[in-house]
Amino acid sequence: MSEPMLALAGVHTHIGQYHILQGVDLVVPRGELTVLLGRNGAGKTTTLRTIMGLWHASRGALLFDGNDVTRAATPDISCAGIAYVPENMGIFSDLTVRENLLLAARAGEPDTARLEWIFGFFPALKKFWNQAAGTLSGGQKQMLAIARAIVEPRKLLLVDEPTKGLAPAIIQSLITAFRELKAMETTILLVEQNFSFVKSLGDTVAVMDDGRIVHSGRMDELAEDRELQQKLLGLSLDTHQ
Amino acid sequence: MTTTTPTATADAELPRLRLDTPPLLVLPILALLALPLVGSFPTWVTLTVAGLAMGMMIFIMASGLTLVFGLMDVLNFGHGAFVSVGAFTATLVLLPMQGWMQADSVLLNLSALGLAIALAMLVTGALGWAFERIIVMPVYGQHLKQILITMGGMIVAEQMIHVVWGPDQIPLPLPTSFRGVILVGDAAVEKYRLIAVAVGLVVFAAMFLVLNRTKVGLLIRAGVENGEMVEALGYRIRRLFVGVFVAGSALAGLGGVLWGLYKETLTATMGGDIMVLVFIVIIIGGLGSVGGCFIGALLVALVANYTGFLAPKIALVSNILLMVAILLWRPQGLYPVAKR
Amino acid sequence: MMLHRLLSGDFPRSRILALALLAIVAALALAPFLFPGARALNVAATICVFVVLVASYDLLLGYTGIVSFAHTMFYGIGAYGIGLTLHSVGPTWGAVFMGLTIALLLSLALALVIGLFSLRVKAIFYAMITLAVASAFAVLASQLSDFTGGEDGRTFGVPELLRPGFRLVEAEVFGTAINGKLITYYLVFFSALALFLLLLRVVNSPFGRVLQAIRENDFRAEALGYRTVVYRTLANCLSAVVATLAGALMALWLRYAGPQTTLSFTIMMDILLIVVIGGMGTLYGAVVGAALFILAQNYLQALMKQGSDALVAVPLLANLLHPDRWLLWLGVLFVLSVYFFPTGIVGKLRNLKRS
Repeated sequence: MSEPMLALAGVHTHIGQYHILQGVDLVVPRGELTVLLGRNGAGKTTTLRTIMGLWHASRGALLFDGNDVTRAATPDISCAGIAYVPENMGIFSDLTVRENLLLAARAGEPDTARLEWIFGFFPALKKFWNQAAGTLSGGQKQMLAIARAIVEPRKLLLVDEPTKGLAPAIIQSLITAFRELKAMETTILLVEQNFSFVKSLGDTVAVMDDGRIVHSGRMDELAEDRELQQKLLGLSLDTHQ
Repeated sequence: MTTTTPTATADAELPRLRLDTPPLLVLPILALLALPLVGSFPTWVTLTVAGLAMGMMIFIMASGLTLVFGLMDVLNFGHGAFVSVGAFTATLVLLPMQGWMQADSVLLNLSALGLAIALAMLVTGALGWAFERIIVMPVYGQHLKQILITMGGMIVAEQMIHVVWGPDQIPLPLPTSFRGVILVGDAAVEKYRLIAVAVGLVVFAAMFLVLNRTKVGLLIRAGVENGEMVEALGYRIRRLFVGVFVAGSALAGLGGVLWGLYKETLTATMGGDIMVLVFIVIIIGGLGSVGGCFIGALLVALVANYTGFLAPKIALVSNILLMVAILLWRPQGLYPVAKR
Repeated sequence: MMLHRLLSGDFPRSRILALALLAIVAALALAPFLFPGARALNVAATICVFVVLVASYDLLLGYTGIVSFAHTMFYGIGAYGIGLTLHSVGPTWGAVFMGLTIALLLSLALALVIGLFSLRVKAIFYAMITLAVASAFAVLASQLSDFTGGEDGRTFGVPELLRPGFRLVEAEVFGTAINGKLITYYLVFFSALALFLLLLRVVNSPFGRVLQAIRENDFRAEALGYRTVVYRTLANCLSAVVATLAGALMALWLRYAGPQTTLSFTIMMDILLIVVIGGMGTLYGAVVGAALFILAQNYLQALMKQGSDALVAVPLLANLLHPDRWLLWLGVLFVLSVYFFPTGIVGKLRNLKRS
């Protein structure tokens, strides 16, 4: 197996007086979609934010593409090739769809062919191209947030609970988008609570609880093993379906 | 394999780009309401132009402050110092160049003034850079200390003006060709006020273009809404912030020169005094909103001028009453800025 | 035990601080006998009033984490309340109480309205709004000259007991005449002492602890079920009332109420400086800070003048040391103390003991 795209080794993160991450060991293999599962408050979002440098690890090390990024600043991490879709989507509601994507394209204007490819699975973005992003519906905002992360090719994509609060029809178009990205061998770390959504998408899976990784393995193994699912994910996942 | 899955919600027609018009209508309504109250049309024109001129100057001084707040959640209580320093710096050019100022030539007058403004903006911009480095940077995210520290910085700056320029007021006469009035019909309009309006419009237009048509402008607007996300997209918000801080300080310097020429005397506390109006303006406009700041400035100045004519006693508290009225209507100001 | 009750269990917790406090209180208590002379007594009375004024401000800034620029407004309302009533009604005790009542009600109403209006938002919002309101009030006071006396203010007569000409006993005690001025001084001194002890009681009560919890983390305090707006507004009102009383005392002492002595922004800056230099969040800081500050204001400026005169040949340096520039040095001191000694003199002294 080649060197992983991202590796966290014994990462601890404190937020104020709270000790959120308590030694996270996580490996994101190249060209695969890794799913990070866990109940609310397990530390999934904190893990992503720590990777992005929005919060700094108090202990442990983060290796991205062979480089130590433990102490790096957020813009440097972003420029090194990590794109981030936060839980609240983080779109700029005052700016238009076009302007949102323009800012994400660091090279200048977004590439037309790539845009057309994105419009293929997110047609709404083309339709509301010059509309303020704040006027979009929740699902369209999520599409914009993901489009912003992939408008230029990046080495690694971090996505935080994209299906949260969305209607099934929209979740379907998100599945399409992730299939497209997988077809291009994009490395993705996807945080989710919705197991049925990620069951068919994930290559590898890691489960978090209380600030630690409690299980990691292949997704197809977990998908088959009802007993393990029950043990790791409990009933809480079913309620989210 | 591009399978498009159009969904019900994704295709639902959206309302057109919403333009929040009511705040825009307040200004003309206010001006029209004042007309019958004032009674005489020429007086109304004079008052309105005076109000617009004052509003433009306040806008120039306030715009930087509101952006700085929006971008980094930093409120600089020492912003007024840049206004005073700008005005006093202008005297370094204008007083030795009395000859050009007094000459009956628009060109010479303008060159002297242009030089003075350039120097004032340069000095206040540099001062802003230093102020950000020394005073503001160590207290990011700590509002209490920010207020105290920037207030302290303002005292020091005001006192330094006294040290350099002495304790007395400095007269700053207008250049020859900007003095006097123009008759528009029966209405007498001071030339200098028209110039102030023109400069204000130019600054507003330039700012509008930068914020809407350039990538830096888009980044500033994006940063006001969600600075963290701007960083996550790979941009250094601190650099952006320092740039805005310096530009805002330079604009305050420009406002100081205009304001000083308007009052024709300079005092070290002139900046601190005008800050009260500036704060009211940025509260009314919505903290962080440039458009709101523009409308707020014009509103405050027009109300001050109309009530100053109609009921001088009320004029003293008219700004407070206006602020209360606006905040009762829109508690976050005219154009609240969406915050994460 | 009695001391414990008097100080509400909030001891100085530093030997040097305790000695300094004792010295200040003793000096103020015996000021008429220790430091004869009108100027010295005036300095002592000003210190008494400022201790109360600053302590009441610290209730807001240090204990509640609210920055207000309207404290001089309440101070001014107290002074003008006494001044204008005595001026128009005449020098009777009835007028004193009437003026005081009116002033207190006005302060309370204003504090309540401003508080409810703007305290639900951020600290920064409140600072801006109070700045605007206070400056409008100052302009109003100086412009409504028929009523307030404008820039000149109002001088007025006080009840006979407090007049300098009044003699309680004919004999002199330790060479000091027991006259109305002395009685006024002790009225100021004991009122200030009582108000200070009252504030000490407040900040050490459960109410005071909630305020500090809100200052530390208002989100959490709210989550624990405290209505932060209510607590902040109450603190605001209490602080305004005490400031009003301080203003009334000052007016009685000076027999004058005017914008320069009560409403000016300079006084607001003085209050801020004293709180920060003395130590935010500790009322003893107000005592130490006010004593040092007022003494420096009255005696250090003379020193600066000597320095300035000596350096008259060096143009810029002479300007720097000019007595009118003493605010410059205070400003520098202020900025430095916010950075390096955020806990002020009292915090330093307490830390000294610990290390």
